[in-house]
Amino acid sequence: MNTSLTESSTAPSTETPEEISRRRFFEKLSIGLIGLCSAIVGVPLIGFIVAPFFRKVPEEWVTIGKPDDFQIGKTVAVTVNDPSPLPWAGVTAKTGVWLRRVTEDSFIAFSANCTHLGCPVRWLPDADLFMCPCHGGVYYSDGKVAAGPPPLPLFRYDVRVANGEVQMKQAIVPISTKL
Amino acid sequence: MIKLFKTIWNWLDDRIGISVLLSPAKHIAPQDAKWWYVFGSATLCAFMVQVATGVALAFSYISSSSQAYETLLFITNSAPFGRFLRGLHYYGASAMVLMIGAHMAQTFLFGAYKFPREMTWTTGILLLTFTLGMGFTGQLLRWDSTAAWSVVVAAEQAGRIPFIGDWVARFILGGNTIGGATLTRFFAIHVFVLPGIMFAFIGLHLWLVFRHGISDPPVAGKPVNPATYRAEYEELLKKSGKPFWPDLAWRDVIISTLLIVAIAVAAFFVGPPVLDKPPDPSILTANPRPDWYLLWYFGLLSLIPDRIEGYVLIGFPILIGLLLLFVPIWNHKGERAASRRPWAIASVCLSVIMIGALWWEGEHSPWSPNFEAQPLSEKVVGASSGPIFTGAQLFHDKGCLNCHLIQGDGGRRGPDLTYIADKLTHDNLVIRIVNGGTNMPAFGPTLKPGELDALVAFLETRRRPFRRQEQQADTASSKTAATREWHR
Repeated sequence: MNTSLTESSTAPSTETPEEISRRRFFEKLSIGLIGLCSAIVGVPLIGFIVAPFFRKVPEEWVTIGKPDDFQIGKTVAVTVNDPSPLPWAGVTAKTGVWLRRVTEDSFIAFSANCTHLGCPVRWLPDADLFMCPCHGGVYYSDGKVAAGPPPLPLFRYDVRVANGEVQMKQAIVPISTKL
Repeated sequence: MIKLFKTIWNWLDDRIGISVLLSPAKHIAPQDAKWWYVFGSATLCAFMVQVATGVALAFSYISSSSQAYETLLFITNSAPFGRFLRGLHYYGASAMVLMIGAHMAQTFLFGAYKFPREMTWTTGILLLTFTLGMGFTGQLLRWDSTAAWSVVVAAEQAGRIPFIGDWVARFILGGNTIGGATLTRFFAIHVFVLPGIMFAFIGLHLWLVFRHGISDPPVAGKPVNPATYRAEYEELLKKSGKPFWPDLAWRDVIISTLLIVAIAVAAFFVGPPVLDKPPDPSILTANPRPDWYLLWYFGLLSLIPDRIEGYVLIGFPILIGLLLLFVPIWNHKGERAASRRPWAIASVCLSVIMIGALWWEGEHSPWSPNFEAQPLSEKVVGASSGPIFTGAQLFHDKGCLNCHLIQGDGGRRGPDLTYIADKLTHDNLVIRIVNGGTNMPAFGPTLKPGELDALVAFLETRRRPFRRQEQQADTASSKTAATREWHR
């Protein structure tokens, strides 16, 4: 059998046109079926892997405390929980945010991610500055760049006071830096 | 009994073809391929250590964002041999990277990438890329605070890729934030995707080694001529070739044994990397840094001007990758001996010096603020009360000490201010503090009345000792003059 296969592939001149046509048909059929099988398995596989791209971010307001929990003029770290985490997310469902109470009813929620490379900035209360541990980016208390490599001010999340509670929208990681 | 074993062996060998399978090990190789040729097999040995220890660790490791940290604690602190296994896996990875570096340098200096082994080199470069990918994903599986924040940094870096950056960043995060989907994808990539690709490429790499033979040691004045090389190589093997196993392989076995002993000694005595805090993104005191084999790149990105950082971040790996991949395409013939290729020696030496120097800088990270800086001692300050003492306290509290050194204490991000009063006058100091600079915030708006005077009073005492005496003498004489003036 192997011999005939080898012969047939190396000596096509002995084949009749019907045989050639039949062979081409099976060749195309096999390649087509292999492609179909790959698609049946591959399409859902790729879809599953890239699904996070298309996961909708819930536009929910999350309560982070009562206004009286925060002093005017002070900046503090608050923990915001993902409103719809995956069941096995555990502590990774939390996000740290810097919250500043500006006036009686005005708050600013800063992303903790340095706009340079995303490292978590720290608040230096005595200096009234945010400072990044990675490359020394510094921001003023209003989030504007004070020094170092950050190209943009600290990202701000939507925050409001409603029903006697301070609320903010889900804290996503801002991919803010471009070329 | 021996006869029975022989019968069983012969039966199995006939049906499975074990001897045929192993026959490439006995291929004829140049007899002079000696100690310089051991790095490839040492790399393979380190890879096998990684596979074995990785499989063992997977028996206890749970790739869940909520449980991985606890399983790592269990493996390290409670599981029998767990700490040792983690150490083996970590130092095995380090050994693999080092051996690949040595293997690459030897292959390059011996001109072994030239005809007909161009694709052996190219597959090796791809294996280097996959190995570094394994190193990075492996660091993230050490799912602590540093790892979690390293994912964020990786996503931010990926975000700079033109057009698709945001997508790639979200893919790395597994969504819009670190969460349940983050770790599992790195686990899948580290444990299934990359090892699968690596097995295939290692197979291809070895196949190419057998197909084209182990390169003969280069001889100065005997360039590679693609038209005649194969015939010359065959002639060499016929004349003086030796079977690889065991005539040449014993050196590989000795080096691989030493490598495993070194890995084991490091794993036992030094231990695996210490776990940081839990991977809780609300803990904002993390300081994410890559493991040592990517630390030089971290150093490079930190030292270049900010305006070109994004371009270097993306362009440098692509440029180096293309350069390495295409080296054998434009330089596939001619001299192989390093003694006739000074640029080859120079490029290897420069690469080693550059990576070493950048690694050193990355390790010490002088650009990072020192958050651990403690208040200056009274001895350093030279006062225990008054404006100088208050100024020294403010120098710490306002974060100045995070970036500036005073007599060896503090950070190195900004200039050393130990003798700043020798360089700047009172007015200069005031202007600098109030207005700041490129890498220094303006403190004017945040300083309370009196704080600026105290800070300047402290900084004005930062002089070299002899200058201080001169200043005291000047002060004394001016005081005397002032006193005389007053008496008149």
